[in-house]
Amino acid sequence: MSHLTQTAVRPARGSAPARGRRHRAARTRSGQWAAWAFLAPVVLYLLMFYAYPLYRNVELSLRKYTVRSFVQGDAPFAWFDNYAKVFGDATFGPALGHTVVFTLVSLVFQFGIGLALALFFVKHFRLSATLRALFLVPWLLPLIVSASTWSWMLNSDSGVVNAALSWFGVGPINWLTSPDWSLWSVIIANIWIGVPFNLVVLYSGLQAIPAAVYEAAALDGAGAWQRFWKVTFPLLRPVSAITILLGLVYTLKVFDIIWIMTKGGPSGSSTTFATWSYRLGFGNLVPSFGPGAAVGNLLIVMALVFGLIYIRVQRRQALA
Amino acid sequence: MRSAARSRRTAGVSLAVLAAVGGLAACGSSPSGGDGGSTSASKAAGGGTYTIWDPYPQYDKSSDWVKLLETCGTQAGVKVERTGYDTSDLTNKALLAAQQGNSPDVLIVDNPVVSTLAEAGVLTTTEENKLDVSAIAPNLLAAGQSGGKTYGVPIGANTLALYYNKEVLKKAGVDVASVKDWASLTAALEKVKASGKKGITFSAIGTEEGSFQFLPWFWGSGANLTKLDSPEGVSAVALWTDWLKKGYAPNSVINNTQTTSWQEFAGGDYAFAENGTWQLANAKKAGFDYGIIPIPGKDGGTAPAPTGGEFVSIPVQSDTARYATSQKLVTCLTSTDNSLTTTTTLSYIAPTEAVQAKQVAATPDLQVWVDAVKAAKGRTSDDLGTKYPKISEPMWGAVQAALSGSKSPQDAMAAAQSAAASATQ
Repeated sequence: MSHLTQTAVRPARGSAPARGRRHRAARTRSGQWAAWAFLAPVVLYLLMFYAYPLYRNVELSLRKYTVRSFVQGDAPFAWFDNYAKVFGDATFGPALGHTVVFTLVSLVFQFGIGLALALFFVKHFRLSATLRALFLVPWLLPLIVSASTWSWMLNSDSGVVNAALSWFGVGPINWLTSPDWSLWSVIIANIWIGVPFNLVVLYSGLQAIPAAVYEAAALDGAGAWQRFWKVTFPLLRPVSAITILLGLVYTLKVFDIIWIMTKGGPSGSSTTFATWSYRLGFGNLVPSFGPGAAVGNLLIVMALVFGLIYIRVQRRQALA
Repeated sequence: MRSAARSRRTAGVSLAVLAAVGGLAACGSSPSGGDGGSTSASKAAGGGTYTIWDPYPQYDKSSDWVKLLETCGTQAGVKVERTGYDTSDLTNKALLAAQQGNSPDVLIVDNPVVSTLAEAGVLTTTEENKLDVSAIAPNLLAAGQSGGKTYGVPIGANTLALYYNKEVLKKAGVDVASVKDWASLTAALEKVKASGKKGITFSAIGTEEGSFQFLPWFWGSGANLTKLDSPEGVSAVALWTDWLKKGYAPNSVINNTQTTSWQEFAGGDYAFAENGTWQLANAKKAGFDYGIIPIPGKDGGTAPAPTGGEFVSIPVQSDTARYATSQKLVTCLTSTDNSLTTTTTLSYIAPTEAVQAKQVAATPDLQVWVDAVKAAKGRTSDDLGTKYPKISEPMWGAVQAALSGSKSPQDAMAAAQSAAASATQ
């Protein structure tokens, strides 16, 4: 917001010294009104569809809602009771752990595989475009389709994965129904879904690196390995940072895949903050909106913290 | 100059904020204020548009169900506007609508939700809306009662029983008449497994569906929902856990919905499947000979299965004059004459004995289901009301923990009991 106003006002101020004083003042004023007029739609939009729902969610998490007070709208203010309840809940520790593991492992593999594929596709070869398009399929499929397909494939008794494993004399593994495996199953599915996004962004990042740099490196006698670590990797860093940040935000809030594949179970072994929040708010016959909103807010704060870290790092890079 | 610019800027910001907040306030107040105006206007002008919400999105305009609604509307002299929602969505939709003051005139909801909506003050009692519930079977009506008041009429009921595959049992040398209690059922499963087929499939998923399927065994053991970790309750969890350990039931039950569990049974390899009335049509399509027996209690007899099915209710309106017409619509759907059509359309068992008799006369197959419904019990009955969901969630969690081997049946149920006790305080 403040960033927006500054950029909007600066050009008017910058052009001022060349002209007369009165002229300048009038000009600035009308320019500012125009600037505000142009800003108004987006500001209204942001307030109505971002600020207000966020405010409502915060308010929801600070009140003690029952179904009755939800309908009557007279829920008493409870300060941080809901948060205390959430922090004290037996689900909190495991859910936090699962959220962290799910996000980190997904990110590392999505980025690693995505980068490897991007490097592969950047060398043009026959059918590379077709192949690249095929790699986008997981991204284009509706999540309900891919998650259901994964849950069929990983079915303990009739899944194709266990059938394949049995040829090698392994298994059967209860992918979705064993507390030891359920989290890994949803992570595997999530990695598969996230790779195309990383591939696409990193691929376009790679194309932006000028070929001249590589030629110079090659002339200096750098091998393929050195070219990657000394040229590609540093030059790709800004793109990598934004890819990882976006991936982080997407992964933190992943809900559909887990809900469709395991419902966060068995007995909470694949519950993350996202599924826990949903379960509190909507997964029960009697919804507990307050604690549900509190968990949701914790997720937002987590994403926000990483967003701020990203901005800080980026600013430092820009200064350096 | 600089400070002037800044002050102008702050003025601009505050103006924008003011405008936005003003706009918001207008938006915010429109549901309550504007709504009163607009709906009362439409009420006055249309005079006869009545809204009905139901949890049957599978029925479209050409279906018998929607045609029945329209016929009832015509009889009551009004136009019916029907919306079908997903069951799991409908509770929150109904709560939100009540909050905004635009509840539907007639609301059809899953029976365990009735006590929640009643608690929220969303539904009218039969005293207010003058619905006649005298003919309804008391065990079915109980799910819609709390604090001595009745909040709706069951539109029909369904419940659970055991489907069996005649051929699989024959090959295994099991006489289905011998299955009378848990011990004989387990013995039958053992024989089936020995013959190379699969035993039984059910749904123990971590949602309300899992509790729904577990309850016949829980209640059949003599356990009570107010004490999950009683020896009886633990024995029910132990029965399922034991089946899984010995391979009588597949491991996938932990993640099975009732639909996926049915698909396993329809594959033709399973001897038994715990499933509901609504699968009858699919059973006929399965391509093998099937039979149905009631779920046995621990020491014999028929275990009380939970009642499924919806209640027709009349939500609270600011304009109480609308209740009279709403009452006509509900009566039309639930009266003895139309109940047969309604329940046949939805493939339910009727809530009144008179109509049940008609149903059995038309389709003798239904007798076992009528018996099961008579033995059935509402989940929110026993005056549990809104406490039920808080007991049900730890219970399905305990079943999952025991089946997946992360806890012993005893530990799982003890943990569930302490969670339920603290939640229902």
